[in-house]
Amino acid sequence: MQLSVNGIERSIEAPPMSRLLDVLREGLHLTGVKEGCGEGECGACSVLIDGELANSCLVPILQVEGASITTIEGVAHGEKLHTVQQAFLDHGGAQCGICTPGMILAAIALLEQHSNPTLEHIKEGLAGNLCRCTGYMRIFEAVVQAVRP
Amino acid sequence: MRSHVPSYELVVARDLPHALSMLTEGFRPIAGGTDVMVLFEAGKLAHKKWMSIRGLPELRTIDVTPDHITFGALTTYTDVRRSAIIAAEFPLMIEAAALTGGIATQNRGTIGGNIVNASPAADTPPALLVYDAEVELTSPRGSRWVPYTQFHKGYKVMDLASDELLTRIRLPRKFASWTHFYRKVGTRRAQAISKVCFAGVRRGDQMRVALGSVGPAPIFLENSDISAISPIDDVRSTARYRMQVAKNLMEEFLHASA
Repeated sequence: MQLSVNGIERSIEAPPMSRLLDVLREGLHLTGVKEGCGEGECGACSVLIDGELANSCLVPILQVEGASITTIEGVAHGEKLHTVQQAFLDHGGAQCGICTPGMILAAIALLEQHSNPTLEHIKEGLAGNLCRCTGYMRIFEAVVQAVRP
Repeated sequence: MRSHVPSYELVVARDLPHALSMLTEGFRPIAGGTDVMVLFEAGKLAHKKWMSIRGLPELRTIDVTPDHITFGALTTYTDVRRSAIIAAEFPLMIEAAALTGGIATQNRGTIGGNIVNASPAADTPPALLVYDAEVELTSPRGSRWVPYTQFHKGYKVMDLASDELLTRIRLPRKFASWTHFYRKVGTRRAQAISKVCFAGVRRGDQMRVALGSVGPAPIFLENSDISAISPIDDVRSTARYRMQVAKNLMEEFLHASA
């Protein structure tokens, strides 16, 4: 089957029930997609499917035939980081890093919906992404700074 | 123990008639996958033949007539949250959708899936119950509408034949002027499964109350009698705590709607 990953057309051969997460990590070696809980609670495996945030651990590969997937590997423009990535870097939004790819994708999806989000918007937009290091405050600050540099 | 991936069949339903014919061949529907795939990953998905109905556009519409709002079973939580007419007339649906999982779950999970997954702790069923919803069940034999209050028969037991697909849900447009009340009590505000979920609507002496997580299925309270519930102890809470919280929420609802 065909799908687009980070702007590149890919042909995939996998059993139809394979999780998108496993195809991305093991088939395409996009290991920025993390596996946390495997049940849609933690958000570490977040990707964008046709621009919408999704947990790739809960998506059978057959459901994304022809879709356009964005992983953390696809958000920078060459050497230039996405503004959200840069803000996480500048404001200490990452510690151990496991939640970071999902957090950044969730933040990017949030900013697509709310270009000038309130703190409540940010908290809600990232509520599906668990972080066990930062206590979230620096993550929220990073998202605020990404839109108000 | 993870599932053996190649032993599962998954095919795409092209349209509703195709989906219905596959149902009779033993394929079960998967829509947003937010429940089915959890069981799959845990190695607990016994059934092996699945069909994806996610792409059926005829089941993802929101239609408005003078008497009803009718939405397709594949309407997602995000679709609900973006609907101005649902917000205006059925605000508990918006609250329930916003409290179900995070954004990623809301983007893929569907209201029809929330109903037929039949978790007693699901958050949209109490809202659907107080709004007097009806569900449309479609099979090659035809369609029938069932009052949602009659749909859940016990733990994961539903008035749903093996050849029937839940296709649409409709809400009567008679509650806009009522007082609406919704509370979800869980371990934390986001991403928690309910310990008690409460929905109520009231206009004067008329009152409709429904709860989640206090019985084997979502429960509509006949005569709004809170003592009729019989919650149990489980991993998330105790019967005693649930009973007390349900009574407290009932009182809060009566005050808020007085």
